[in-house]
Amino acid sequence: MARLTPDNVARAQEIIGRYPRPRSALIPLLHLAQEQDGWVSPEAMGHIGELLGLTAAEVLGTCSFYEMFKREPVGRYVVNVCTSISCHLLGGDELLHHVEERLGVRSGGTTPDGRFTVNHVECIAACTEAPCLQVNYRYFHKVTPDAVDALLDDLAAGRRDDEVPPHGTLTRVRQQVPAGRWAGRGAEGLPPDRTSLGGDG
Amino acid sequence: MTDTTRTEPEAVPVTINGTAIEAKPGELLIDAAERHGVYIPRFCYHPRMRPVGMCRMCLVEVDTGRGPALQPSCMIPVAPGMTVDTESEATRKAQDGVLEFLLLNHPLDCPVCDKGGECPLQDQTLAFGPGESRMVEQKRHFEKPIPISDLVYLDRERCILCDRCTRFADEVAGDPLITFVDRGDHTQVNTFPDQPFASYFSGNTVQLCPVGALTAVPYRFRARPWDLEQVESTCTFCSVGCRIAVQSSTNRLVRHLGVDVDPVNWGWLCDKGRFGFEGVNSDDRLGRPLVRAGDTLAEATWAEALEAAAGAIRAGLDAGGPGAVAVLGGARLTNEDAYAWAKLAKSVVGTDNVDAQIGDGLPAEVVLGLPRATIDEVCAARTVVLLGPDLKEELPVLYLRLRDAAVEKGVRIVEVSPHDTGLTEVATVALRHRPGEAAAAVRAALDGAGDDPRVARAAELLAEGDVAVVLGRPSLAEAPDAVVAAASLLAARLPGVRFLPVLRRANVHGALDLGLAPGVLPGRVDLDAGRPWFEARWGAVPASRGLDATGILTAAAEGAIETLVLLGADPLRDFPDARLAQGALERVPRIVAVDCFLTESSRRAHVVLPAAAFGERSGTTTNIEGRVSVLNQKVTPPGTARADWMIAVELAHRLGADLGLDSLDGIWAEIESVAPAHAGLARARLLAADGLDGVVVPLSDHHEAGADRRPLAQTEAPEVTAADTHMGPESVATTLPGGETVPSVPRSPSGASGATMPEQIAEAAAAGDAAREAEAPEEAAALEAAAQQAAVEAATEDAGEGDVSAPVEHGPDRPPLLAFEPVEAGPAPPVDAYSLRLVSGRKLYDQGTLVQHAPSLAGLAPGAHLRVNPYDLDRLGLHTGDGATLRSARGSVVVEVEADPGVARGSALLPFNQPGVSAAALIDATARVTEVRLETRAGGGGA
Repeated sequence: MARLTPDNVARAQEIIGRYPRPRSALIPLLHLAQEQDGWVSPEAMGHIGELLGLTAAEVLGTCSFYEMFKREPVGRYVVNVCTSISCHLLGGDELLHHVEERLGVRSGGTTPDGRFTVNHVECIAACTEAPCLQVNYRYFHKVTPDAVDALLDDLAAGRRDDEVPPHGTLTRVRQQVPAGRWAGRGAEGLPPDRTSLGGDG
Repeated sequence: MTDTTRTEPEAVPVTINGTAIEAKPGELLIDAAERHGVYIPRFCYHPRMRPVGMCRMCLVEVDTGRGPALQPSCMIPVAPGMTVDTESEATRKAQDGVLEFLLLNHPLDCPVCDKGGECPLQDQTLAFGPGESRMVEQKRHFEKPIPISDLVYLDRERCILCDRCTRFADEVAGDPLITFVDRGDHTQVNTFPDQPFASYFSGNTVQLCPVGALTAVPYRFRARPWDLEQVESTCTFCSVGCRIAVQSSTNRLVRHLGVDVDPVNWGWLCDKGRFGFEGVNSDDRLGRPLVRAGDTLAEATWAEALEAAAGAIRAGLDAGGPGAVAVLGGARLTNEDAYAWAKLAKSVVGTDNVDAQIGDGLPAEVVLGLPRATIDEVCAARTVVLLGPDLKEELPVLYLRLRDAAVEKGVRIVEVSPHDTGLTEVATVALRHRPGEAAAAVRAALDGAGDDPRVARAAELLAEGDVAVVLGRPSLAEAPDAVVAAASLLAARLPGVRFLPVLRRANVHGALDLGLAPGVLPGRVDLDAGRPWFEARWGAVPASRGLDATGILTAAAEGAIETLVLLGADPLRDFPDARLAQGALERVPRIVAVDCFLTESSRRAHVVLPAAAFGERSGTTTNIEGRVSVLNQKVTPPGTARADWMIAVELAHRLGADLGLDSLDGIWAEIESVAPAHAGLARARLLAADGLDGVVVPLSDHHEAGADRRPLAQTEAPEVTAADTHMGPESVATTLPGGETVPSVPRSPSGASGATMPEQIAEAAAAGDAAREAEAPEEAAALEAAAQQAAVEAATEDAGEGDVSAPVEHGPDRPPLLAFEPVEAGPAPPVDAYSLRLVSGRKLYDQGTLVQHAPSLAGLAPGAHLRVNPYDLDRLGLHTGDGATLRSARGSVVVEVEADPGVARGSALLPFNQPGVSAAALIDATARVTEVRLETRAGGGGA
């Protein structure tokens, strides 16, 4: 896992260009890295730092503040099962156990094939539809054990790709801002002015 | 207090605990309260950094008309009519609560914590805390101390997340390599994995830390605060002149802490200054004199060694006259030492072949003659021109001050340099030029010539006026003439411009001031102009101007020097041109070395006299601004090593002369009366409350009031008060009552008493008023002198045409101070299209003697890569990481190349004195520039 691909570097430049100051693009670039690899690798953090003129430590500081940026590899599908009060009353814990048994990993773990990561989460604000869960932050409401079996089968077989993209992809509509409307100068804005006098030889 | 002397818009009336006070507009409540004697507890707040309101410890009840409410006093500026209660029940309850919170996860491992005994968390818990905790749950646990750099350990369990270290790293040092990681109750301070907190300033975070979370490797478990003795002194590991607390335990130096002084270091230190004391403690220190017996140096008594040294000087004089004796070095010396050695060399021996710089600085006349700016003046200028070395590497705390000026105060920096430096990223304009072409670059910037927008911008900035110049030697691989010509241009074209000379070595500025340079006499006086005055006082003065370091070594290599005295100089390692130094030391028949260590050079000496080092002797030192401040002895020197001035006196005695110097007080009194630049600066002034920050000489130029302050009152460790009255057992010897030893010389009546300096400091602390009264006549004398000078200046105004650099007469007999004589820029050296020009500067950590003898620092020398502009590298078909042979007319070295767009085209940057690669093997000290060719190691194409 690694640094941003050339395509993503080009995307990063475009994103950086939108802002008056490069470091404002930090969170969008973390999303970009997570979209690329499914998680934010140390190499990616270092690369983002280079693009923004920040130290890797500064990137890590921001990245680690947000739970949704994963700093360890996760499965292609991250299954978050809610166990807060409404879901708990309507079988959320049983649902979690079912998912754990079905996938053979405990909450927080990832299946050996790298396909699924299971988490129990606090309230995800869908109490009227309890018990509920998310797969890559896409909601599934009033989930029964049978429904979850079907869902996991579908995901494993790739039948839900339209609905549930791989982990890290938040949207499939990418905003484009033409360079003429940028507020900054992209990564070009980074190094300070310097010039060589008579040093062309 | 100083605040009443300033003109202020208006005072803000505030009531604190029922007492009406007047605060300054915009002042933070916590500061206003402290200035009026009300201490509000705090952890995160630090007056030198932006407030963040992290720790909530400074909550107090504030009423601005809408009823009292708890507010963090470090975050709210004072407002008219504000009523504050720092002792109310609500405040007390809040403090209780905050401390209970801060202690939730604190391990309370005080018995094994370095901070125990001087810990703000301990102290404030005792003063303001609840005394017990309701927390019964498991505390959070982390791996106990983890190294976050080679010098600093982090214990995250102790951390209270106050944001001081991380703010310092980001705001002050500009090295944001530590940060808060994770959040909520998992928040911790940490580095990025495998990227250590490798900052030159990392030690400051240890001093800033209000708990024991950050500890310094060299100090861990070495001492307890209540066992420490301390004196206030001035750091001499470079020439910035940071004030420090020197702390010792069982007669060994164990710690340096920065003291917060406004004009210089603001409490900061670099890691070299903070941890360099390890070199003083080294077991390799010389403690006995050595005299050569055949191939070996054997221990001898002082009498034997001094006789041998005096014999060597006599033999040199007999063989070739005064001109055959040369003295090299002297930056290590105190002002008093330097004066004694100058007097010995120039009046007793009669040689002017004396140079405290070792071919790595600027001509003494330039340094002494240019109109001088203080650090504060530079940082308050509209535009600062950087014309010198990389300050982050050479004078780190000056770098911090300039960085602050640029980032926080909007000072515009115009950097003229052959390569990127630490300040490039905050510079408004960075102009790159090849070595030898500094004058051309400055001329272009002044004219705005050409169509380069950056040159035009520089011209704009310079045209707006109020410019200060930081002037030093940009590279050891080029002669200083280019940068001197550039300075001449700036002086001629920018009226009122002032210069801050940045020679690097410890007290090199004091040494030059006091005559340890060819062609100058003590007090910034030209040899010829000062001859009558000094002949009347010294008896004899050299007949003609002598040689500088390069001249001395060249003459030595040609056999014209019979006896060479090395005053702490190690030319074999330090002189830019290794072959010249080698040739010189091989040829000279007699070498006398006065040194703290056996260095490569002193190993070749015939007599080695052991000298006292930093912390082992008292005296004064002079920084880049010309600021004279007091050095205090803390520990005894090893063996029988002694202060350099004593060695000078003894040698003079054996040469049949009496220097008339028998104590530090006596020497200072003579300096004050003899040296024009130091006239009116009595030693008592330096010891008084307003002289602790140092006093800039000459007094007429920069007569600043100085901040009244108690010694060490503003250190970050006010709890460390153990023994500031301590006096080293040997200090008696160095502070013999000196008063009236110099006849026929007018001196101010009060003088310094025979008391030791630490005692005087203690007195000043104990009875500030009494001390100030005692010092009053001194001040009156100084004022009188200043008034006299003003009158003389007015009288000689015609001659000087109001030019700030005009010579200033100091009394009827005194010779004038040196004035800068502009140097015309010669034609730039011709460009050889097949060569690159070598640029070589120093890194903070190198193979210097003290660094190498400080175990914590010795391994930090980064080694040397050759940095070349990618344009040139492409031309040569080389890539980053390739090995190549770098060849000059002097020699060749094997290097690894690295592409660096920050290096001017046509140049090659190789750091000096790094392990593995010797830049000195390439440099020709007699040439204007050093041309080098880069060859692939296969022997292929050249360039």
